[in-house]
Amino acid sequence: MEHIAHDETSFVRPAEVGEMELYHAKTWLGKYVFSQDAKTIAIQYAATAIAIGMVALVLSWVMRLQLAWPNTFTFIDPAYYLQAVTMHGMIMVVYLLTALFLGGFGNYLIPLMVGARDMVFPWLNMISFWVYFTAVVLLAASFFVGGGSTGAGWTLYPPQAILPGTPGSEAGILLMLASLAVFIIGFTMGGLNYVVTILQARTRGMTLMRMPLTVWGIFVATVLALFAFPALFVSAIMMSLDVLLGTSFFMPAIMTMGNEADHVGGNPLLFQHLFWFFGHPEVYIVALPAFGIVSDLISIHARKNIFGYRMMVWAIVIIGALSFVVWAHHMYVSGMNPYFGFFFATTTLIIAVPTALKVYNWVLTLWQGNIHLTIPMLFSIAFLLFFINGGMTGLFLGNASVSMPLSDTLFVVAHFHMVMAVAPVMVVCGAIYHWYPKITGRWYHEGMARFHFWVTFVGSYLVFLPMHYLGIMGVPRRYFEITGTSFLPDSAQSVNASITIAALVVGFAQLVFLYNLIFSAMKGKKAPGNPWNATSLEWQTEHTPPQHGNFGKELPCVYRWAYDFSVPGVEEDFIPQNVPPRSTTPEAAS
Amino acid sequence: MLIAIILLVLVLGTVAFHFLSPWYFTPIASNWSSMDDTITLTFVVTGLGFVLVNVFIAYCLIKFRHKPDRRAEYEPESIKMETWLTIGTTVAISAMLAPGLLVWADVVTPPDDAVEIEVLARQWNWSYRLPGEDGQLGAVAVSHTSSDNPLGIDPSDPLGQDDIVIYDPVLHLKKDEAVTFLLRSTDVLHNFTVPQFRVKMDFVPGQVSYIWAEPNEVGSYDLLCEELCGVGHYAMRGRVIVDSEESYAAWLADQPTFAETQGELNTNLLAGESSYAVCSSCHGVNGEGNKAMHAPGLAGMDAEYMRRQLRHFKRGVRGADESDTWGRTMAPMAMMLADASAINNVVSYIGTLSGQDDFNDDASYGLSQAVARYEPSASGDPTKSAALYESTCGECHGASGEGVWTVNAPALAGLEDWYLAEQIKKFRDGVRGRHADDLYGLQMGLVSNTMTDDQAIEDMVAYISTLGENLEAPVKLAQQR
Repeated sequence: MEHIAHDETSFVRPAEVGEMELYHAKTWLGKYVFSQDAKTIAIQYAATAIAIGMVALVLSWVMRLQLAWPNTFTFIDPAYYLQAVTMHGMIMVVYLLTALFLGGFGNYLIPLMVGARDMVFPWLNMISFWVYFTAVVLLAASFFVGGGSTGAGWTLYPPQAILPGTPGSEAGILLMLASLAVFIIGFTMGGLNYVVTILQARTRGMTLMRMPLTVWGIFVATVLALFAFPALFVSAIMMSLDVLLGTSFFMPAIMTMGNEADHVGGNPLLFQHLFWFFGHPEVYIVALPAFGIVSDLISIHARKNIFGYRMMVWAIVIIGALSFVVWAHHMYVSGMNPYFGFFFATTTLIIAVPTALKVYNWVLTLWQGNIHLTIPMLFSIAFLLFFINGGMTGLFLGNASVSMPLSDTLFVVAHFHMVMAVAPVMVVCGAIYHWYPKITGRWYHEGMARFHFWVTFVGSYLVFLPMHYLGIMGVPRRYFEITGTSFLPDSAQSVNASITIAALVVGFAQLVFLYNLIFSAMKGKKAPGNPWNATSLEWQTEHTPPQHGNFGKELPCVYRWAYDFSVPGVEEDFIPQNVPPRSTTPEAAS
Repeated sequence: MLIAIILLVLVLGTVAFHFLSPWYFTPIASNWSSMDDTITLTFVVTGLGFVLVNVFIAYCLIKFRHKPDRRAEYEPESIKMETWLTIGTTVAISAMLAPGLLVWADVVTPPDDAVEIEVLARQWNWSYRLPGEDGQLGAVAVSHTSSDNPLGIDPSDPLGQDDIVIYDPVLHLKKDEAVTFLLRSTDVLHNFTVPQFRVKMDFVPGQVSYIWAEPNEVGSYDLLCEELCGVGHYAMRGRVIVDSEESYAAWLADQPTFAETQGELNTNLLAGESSYAVCSSCHGVNGEGNKAMHAPGLAGMDAEYMRRQLRHFKRGVRGADESDTWGRTMAPMAMMLADASAINNVVSYIGTLSGQDDFNDDASYGLSQAVARYEPSASGDPTKSAALYESTCGECHGASGEGVWTVNAPALAGLEDWYLAEQIKKFRDGVRGRHADDLYGLQMGLVSNTMTDDQAIEDMVAYISTLGENLEAPVKLAQQR
């Protein structure tokens, strides 16, 4: 293994691969629309993901309004409610978070951080975005077809997903399945590109164990996605065949609307296994990039090396591997053979060990640090609170017998929002503020950013903490309303109302965020090239924002890991990765 | 500094909320207190971890915050500390996993002496089957399922003849008797949850899943479906009543066997006709109804629905609410029908009023007669309610208002609009459908809440009154069958 610390004797091999030839766009269309520059593609991905994510945010308000004040809003009927539930979940998980972390941050940061001119397959990269865009259009189209979008829940469980009685069982479900299949095709193009770039296009001296954890997180997440998405792809195809050709992959002999259906012999549980074989790694596809990015944010803004770098890398790899053998913890009460519960409860709780170690190492990075409470640091701390909270409730739900009373209740909803919605979104926000000066060359508005932080941080906690207790009381998820039961106190409704008020406030704070991003890109103060005094290569570019080709005439050469902060005996509190061993000042790099 | 304080406030607030808020588990009513114990244990372990780590973060934020002369320490890793943290975490997690697995071992192995009860879930109601004297349940198949045999019991299987069938969403259990619930669905996924029992399990069409519990507190408990099963999911309510030994025996004695439900009903039309004499004073000699008396037309009304409502009136399940003037008028009339066979006779006689020679003919014939007779009087705007009908009402009552027997939803087409509007308002206002034994009524009550004002109800009945036009097709279809 490479010695990871600051090392005077580090040796840099000569370049093995020649300079890559870049495609230079000749037209406006080629430069801004069908761009082959990973940085432009990254912004296209991010903008599309955030745009469709805003739709999902509005859908969450629909749900919250109904739950807080049932039967007040005429436009929300049970079918519309289920459609909002379904589309909110699917958009947020797949079309926002996955696309934003991998397509957005992946595209922008991978070439810059590993010292490459661009992704190794720029044309494929361009196609990847436009295929993703097509998937989003297909998804959005399902809002407008007869019967509306599918209301089967984001898990799309058959048989109900394709039977009357479920909203959108006419055209909505088919558009959803088609959109997912297209998304996966687009992702596969992008994902192969990210993996090959990281493995083959690192600059001289950028060994794997010198890569910033951001790159590690995105790398392992991409590998997971390449293995996991095919399971979803085949299930989407199989379910489409059940609808269109009358096959019975997932359809046993059943009745529908009082008549016998033309199906026999299929198994609904097969779909659930396929779905969660994708679905659980999907959690880590969202979480691992967040883990990686937050490691870098904490280290840079605490002016201290990430604690236990090697452990952090191995934890990411081990979590990624284990994430493929825990899927059926989503199915303890699904009717599968309950003896599987022993195996999946054990693997699930094992995964908590490397995850807990990551938390310790983030916290120990703060210890003896020099903590600057910048906006990215504030969001990182918020991430820690949400992630620790969501991780703890994961120990309830991962342990089969403990999870049983809580399964299918709002406790589950609160848990996964804490751990894989709010926590990664905190990292997304922190990361956007962190790299904003590099991407735009300008500063965001500090006051608006602080307002955005405080409202989002405190507000989100007030949304999701009380929600656990609704679940503990026994309020099921995906219920349009819950009046008429004898076990719920009337005060449960006041909890729901307070959650909704907090959610609406948090939602509107995101508008301030978007305004800040757009306004400051044009009118913000000019930012220097390396405002945070960071060490990784993206901050050492000749131009800010980096131009096509990323670096100047020559690619940077890497001599050290990305965490040489506050090295003893060195005056500056950081040493960029491209500073040669014997000189320790940032200026020496150029 | 502020962030450290807010972090501490949120963390300590979380602990305070946990202990001080009134919101926690429902009191347990089954043998699964071991589940509650593992939950408590998990709360203790994770709660300690949550507080310790966050307080440590807050401490670091205060102690190591940036000052002009501060410089961070350079410390790449500490194998020793990381090893100890790994060991500590592993121990804490094992302390939660081990007891959890022991409880799970109990979950997967029902005791040998547990009685078996089949629960049939379908969109969006519950029925049950108990083994009869032979202690065994007969074979079932979707292909045997019909409105005369809702559970799909194989008529040729001798084991099934004595099975006790309960076509009602209320199930009684005996206190302190372990029960294995065999869960069967004939349409989509469902779930069996009684919050006070703690355990739950999904129904999967095409297979039988199971879960067991031993109820140990007498009482009445909500039964919920917790696996999304379509638009009626939230309204799919049932009830489990845990009885003492005596009251359980009394209840059980009242439940028919499968064979009893299949025997030719010994219908006496003459007796039905003479019972109907009382009815005719309000509902009309030909069952045509009388708006002035708030008496709906009966000719063409769904027979199974009428039988159920007569039982409800008789038992005070319907027509008992103080403000239900006309329901209270009907209740004593139903009391005059002595028993199930009297109810059957009068309903059969009503069946002949819609012009059918033989009341066993297809019920949709009567429906088509009612539609032909029907004269709309409502003032609502049908275009405003079409979407809600199609997305919600139609999922149970049928796209053409023809009724769907598996959902226990009666036909709406052909019903007078004034009567429909009156009933929907009663459902919405909780005047009808809120009796503990009227779970289909509760279902309708929940759904009628989607019509937020009286105008929405007027619009809806105006739309329903247009449905008769579409009805010809299904009626013809049914006749061909």
